[in-house]
Amino acid sequence: MTGEKILYSYTGIFDTPDEVTHAAEEAVKQGYTKFDVNSPYPLHGMNKAMNLPASKLGYVALIFGLSGALGALLSLWWVSAVDYPLVIGGKPFFSFPAYIPVIFEVTVLSAAIATVLAMLFFFFKLPNNAHPLHATDYMKKVSADKYGIVIQAEDPKFDESSIRKFLESVHAKEINAVYWAEEEITHKHKIFEPKFLTFLLVVVIITSGTTYFTLNKLMFMLPFNWMMEQQKQNPQQKSLVFADGHGMRQPVEGTIARGFLPYEFKGQPDLAGERLVNPIPVSKESLQLGQTKFDIYCSPCHGYHGEGDSRLRGQFPNSPSLHSEKVRTWSDGRIFAVLTEGQNVMPSYTTQLTVDERWAVINYVRALQRALNAKESDLQ
Amino acid sequence: MSTIDYTRELSVLEGKHALRELDDLIAKPLETKPDKKFYIALSITLSMTGLFVLGLALTFYYGIGMWGNNIPVAWAFDIVNFVFWIGIGHAGTLISAILFLFRQKWRTGISRFAEGMTIFAVMTAGLFPLIHLGRPWLSGYLFPYPNQHSVWVNFTSPLLWDVFAVSTYLIVSLIFWYVGLIPDLASLRERTEHKIKKVIYSVFSLGWRFSNRHWHHYEMVYLILAGFATPLVLSVHTIVSFDFAVSVIPGWHTTIFPPYFVAGAVFSGFAMVQNVLIIVRKIFNYEHIITVDTLEKMNKIMLLTGSMIGYAYAMEFFIAWYSGVEAERFAFLNRAMGPYAWAYWIMVTCNVVSPQLFWFKKIRRTIPVMFVIAIFVNIGMWFERFVIIVTSLSRDFLPSSWAYYKPTLVDGMILIGSFGFFFTWILLFTKALPVISMAEVKAVVDGAQPSHKDH
Repeated sequence: MTGEKILYSYTGIFDTPDEVTHAAEEAVKQGYTKFDVNSPYPLHGMNKAMNLPASKLGYVALIFGLSGALGALLSLWWVSAVDYPLVIGGKPFFSFPAYIPVIFEVTVLSAAIATVLAMLFFFFKLPNNAHPLHATDYMKKVSADKYGIVIQAEDPKFDESSIRKFLESVHAKEINAVYWAEEEITHKHKIFEPKFLTFLLVVVIITSGTTYFTLNKLMFMLPFNWMMEQQKQNPQQKSLVFADGHGMRQPVEGTIARGFLPYEFKGQPDLAGERLVNPIPVSKESLQLGQTKFDIYCSPCHGYHGEGDSRLRGQFPNSPSLHSEKVRTWSDGRIFAVLTEGQNVMPSYTTQLTVDERWAVINYVRALQRALNAKESDLQ
Repeated sequence: MSTIDYTRELSVLEGKHALRELDDLIAKPLETKPDKKFYIALSITLSMTGLFVLGLALTFYYGIGMWGNNIPVAWAFDIVNFVFWIGIGHAGTLISAILFLFRQKWRTGISRFAEGMTIFAVMTAGLFPLIHLGRPWLSGYLFPYPNQHSVWVNFTSPLLWDVFAVSTYLIVSLIFWYVGLIPDLASLRERTEHKIKKVIYSVFSLGWRFSNRHWHHYEMVYLILAGFATPLVLSVHTIVSFDFAVSVIPGWHTTIFPPYFVAGAVFSGFAMVQNVLIIVRKIFNYEHIITVDTLEKMNKIMLLTGSMIGYAYAMEFFIAWYSGVEAERFAFLNRAMGPYAWAYWIMVTCNVVSPQLFWFKKIRRTIPVMFVIAIFVNIGMWFERFVIIVTSLSRDFLPSSWAYYKPTLVDGMILIGSFGFFFTWILLFTKALPVISMAEVKAVVDGAQPSHKDH
């Protein structure tokens, strides 16, 4: 490579736009195809002089604009009518008029971005700072106030002496040859350069570090902590307002909350059996409620049918059958006392079952008992 | 006067310039060190930005209870500022896109600056919806993305359309601006001797080579972008006006809002561009590029759009009366004579009366007078948004919930701060990038284009 330079092109400079337009027309007449005109701003009529076909970028805009519109329409339809249909303002799930603004914006956005990217990266093959015309005197001039023509060595009709003659014939000044710089030819993008790898590493550390900090630390600091710090009273907290310092309040003295009537027969199950009357009539609803609650709370020990067939496999003392003579002859009130206060190892179920639910469970237990000891009359 | 030949196209620039002179003049602020005046201006705007940061910190820490907003006035300074700043942005796109489509060559001197202003104004405006959330770090929920809640945003809401419109507007304006900047950055790359600057310009000019094979496509793309930006800019303020018009609040629920808002946006935007350009042309000696002719044309546009919104104010009153809806009638009488009458009459004086002075040629061409009128227009347009938003909300259908809105200190800090934020960007812009498009201005110099005479 050393010593011998590779020719890229010949360049000529002009002072006026008229001259360069004339030169371009002549270049076309001579049959040159790999030539270019450089000017600090677009020259009117130059595409005609250079015989350039109409720009196809309009099609890029059209295609991407239409696909943006269609894509927006389809995703709006999918989101609102398929994925999560939600009635808003009594309108149909797919309410097209309301989607027009969004579709329009997406159309403009996709067309604008696609057109510019297509122009820069596909039509111009930019970025390219390694072009032989860069860092030449020629480029300095045509970027400011001169007009220039470039005829490339790649041109099939290229011949050094005839090009010179041609450029002289159109009165070009400063006719120069432009050579490829050595590094422009030999330059390769080296991904594994240590500098680049260090840069990548720094980027990775900074990005992952900030992401970790933001998501795991910052979002839990004031004021970003999802409104967790509030001037309100949480359960079990000390109160700054009340004299006794309790955050949770006692009921007002002499009042009873709904559904919390005190149990009168504490420690007197037999009395309860005599006095208490089942207030819930047997009905389909009450039996169903009873079954649900029985299956949840009673069946683990007593079995689904109350036969004492525990599902606990001996991990807890086996409970007695509910079909025994004793239980069958007990009044509803007596069973209620067991549910309320517990018996032997069975605990109280007041926190799990409300009063009405306990009676419903008793109705269900009665139905189970009846099923195993049916009377003659039940057959009818 | 009567001897002017109107068939000849008047030149955009005053006098005959050598192309290199223009380059030197435009690139000068970038190639010289900033002077004392610049630092003084920057310290003022940075202090204002400091107020902005402080106001926002207070708001985010203690919540939006720091503002004067109440129920029923749930939207106040936050949304007023949003609409005001987004309106300022519209002039830039109008100058760069719509006037480009109409082949108005006088736009070349001011388009770059106006586009820059668009971007900074939209950036400022875009902050306000986020600020107004109170917890802006949750703003990701504004965008439709598949999330763990498996719900989507409400696509039938104007507030969601706003998200799309404003973000599209910002991105497309940035693209438009950058495409215009590429040739200028390449010119600067060739001019500079500074090593670091050269690298920066090389990277951002992407190795542009001023090739006419490129210019050919470039002009096509510029046309396409202008063609897209024109309906876009109209759609943005239309959608902003939908935020109000689609609701049922008396005073908001009117079909005149979209055109009226767009006219108002152009009006206030031109006033802001004119104000800032008067200062810029003075400081950087651009009197021959941003000529009095150009300023006069801008004043004419302000006269036109000012008259349009004057008409809209009158029409609103007429329709309120003509509709026969009691609440509507009351809303408008309340504007002119209620507790916020002071704001209404400031708005009418500044927006309707003051631009009418531009009927006089002498006033259109006298710089100090037009500067003051444009400041009035800006004040008036801010108050227009205040009147629309606050008076309508403070007295709606239910008299028992009426309330008077008073801004707090934090509201004021954020308002002043937003100006600081905007002007900080403007100042940095004047020193970092060419505020006038070198390629475009050179293209309209006398004799810069082929004469098309037979050689």
